[in-house]
Amino acid sequence: MVNDKLSLEKYIELAQKENKALYEVMLADNAKEMDTAPIALEAKLQEMLQVMQESIAFGLTGVKSRSGLTGGSAKALAEAMAKPKYQSLLGPVAQDALVYALAVSEANAAMGRIVAAPTAGASGVLPGVLFALKKHRNLSNIDLQKGLIVAGNIGMVIASRASLSGAMGGCQAECGSAGAMAAGAAVSMLGGTPEQVGHAVAIVLKNMLGLVCDPVAGLVEVPCIKRNGGSAMQALLAAEMALAGIKSFIPADEAIDAMKEVGDKMPCALRETADGGLAHTPTALAWAKRYFSK
Amino acid sequence: MNLLDVIGPVMIGPSSSHTAGAVRLGLLAISILGEQPVKADIALHGSFARTYRGHGTDMALLAGLMGWMPDDARIPEADIYAEQNGIQYNFSTIDLGELTHPNTVRFQLEGASGKTCTVTGSSIGGGQVRVTEIDDFPVELNGALPGVLIVHKDRPGVIALVSGKLSEYKINIAGMRVFRTNKGGSATMIIECDQTVPEEAIKALKETKNVESVRFINKVL
Repeated sequence: MVNDKLSLEKYIELAQKENKALYEVMLADNAKEMDTAPIALEAKLQEMLQVMQESIAFGLTGVKSRSGLTGGSAKALAEAMAKPKYQSLLGPVAQDALVYALAVSEANAAMGRIVAAPTAGASGVLPGVLFALKKHRNLSNIDLQKGLIVAGNIGMVIASRASLSGAMGGCQAECGSAGAMAAGAAVSMLGGTPEQVGHAVAIVLKNMLGLVCDPVAGLVEVPCIKRNGGSAMQALLAAEMALAGIKSFIPADEAIDAMKEVGDKMPCALRETADGGLAHTPTALAWAKRYFSK
Repeated sequence: MNLLDVIGPVMIGPSSSHTAGAVRLGLLAISILGEQPVKADIALHGSFARTYRGHGTDMALLAGLMGWMPDDARIPEADIYAEQNGIQYNFSTIDLGELTHPNTVRFQLEGASGKTCTVTGSSIGGGQVRVTEIDDFPVELNGALPGVLIVHKDRPGVIALVSGKLSEYKINIAGMRVFRTNKGGSATMIIECDQTVPEEAIKALKETKNVESVRFINKVL
């Protein structure tokens, strides 16, 4: 298996053939590969969910980053939305997913404890989507755990065919992958078919293709925090479409391969080096100059 | 790669390479020193030098030097704990050249017993680390397995004697690299093992002909 690329379509076919849920074939496969009992793996995932929940709560206290550049937006948004006459543009599920994704990202920037899933920089997306659905669709932690299994395996497929690192593949590989993982988890938790999971993954990757990694002063703050929020939205819209039976013309594995190709062609300046994009705007450069001279 | 590589690890933010990886480099450095340091000169290169304050790389390195794990909630205040634990530390920046990985640190450590060591290592992404130099000797070590660092004279048969000793103690060699400064001069062996190497085995290795020093390095991952 070492040099073999993983394939989401193979998992989907296997689930269809054995008439099982996607998470079942994925869990069995992982437990075998890791030489561990499925129950031990599930216990680990419950711990991860616990940390995710704590990181949402920590972010919602309005934490500031160490550099002072960011913080407090999750709290500000949550407070605005709690006002009686507030009219949300997004609706309850997306609204909470956005708040939670920002909260975890701000917790991360403020040196809080988070689950790197798939990375620290993109750690807000999955908790955002999972816990918003938990609240509004009455899901249990067991449902969320199944979602995590699907999300994790989507991430493994992406890692084996492309990359999960901004330095390698740009932000499409970090926030893009996190969104694809969250979309797949959402579809499977809400009763979608394995095939629909594949379509949701492909839709997110297509919508986020080409996104560069251009952090101001090289810190995991601007634009990372809001991109986590944006990626959670992409996950929900892709899940919505896939659950409605809308298909992606490009299959998931091919969308991942396209992401890899785009990442390979991306110049180094746009891959986490803070040498281009937003990091090179006058505002960013002026802030970075002050910050580095401290 | 498995599920828990993607969903996890649990860590203190903000960056797997600048924070979690930095903790692991600190852990690996004290494992090489073999005791808690009382003095630590920490020189940062490249991106580590540029962004260490914002990423908390300094706190993460100190946390590792105190033996903490990457998910320890005390990491943001590691400097306070380091002072309480009587560690004299100093951060500086260093230019190790274009070819050096941008996330590189060089520790100069001194333990309570007077033991010292210099360790250079890089955080190579996703929290993975690699130690590249110990006391001026090139090595390659990622902390995933226990290891033995042997400094010896470059003479025929030393490798056979060392691997023979390890096999007597039923220790399996997972990986091995040999470096030398010049032919017939000083050489180092870095051996990664599947098992912890017991005290007696280290003693036996030290008594081996042409071996000058032996250091056991426990795994940190």
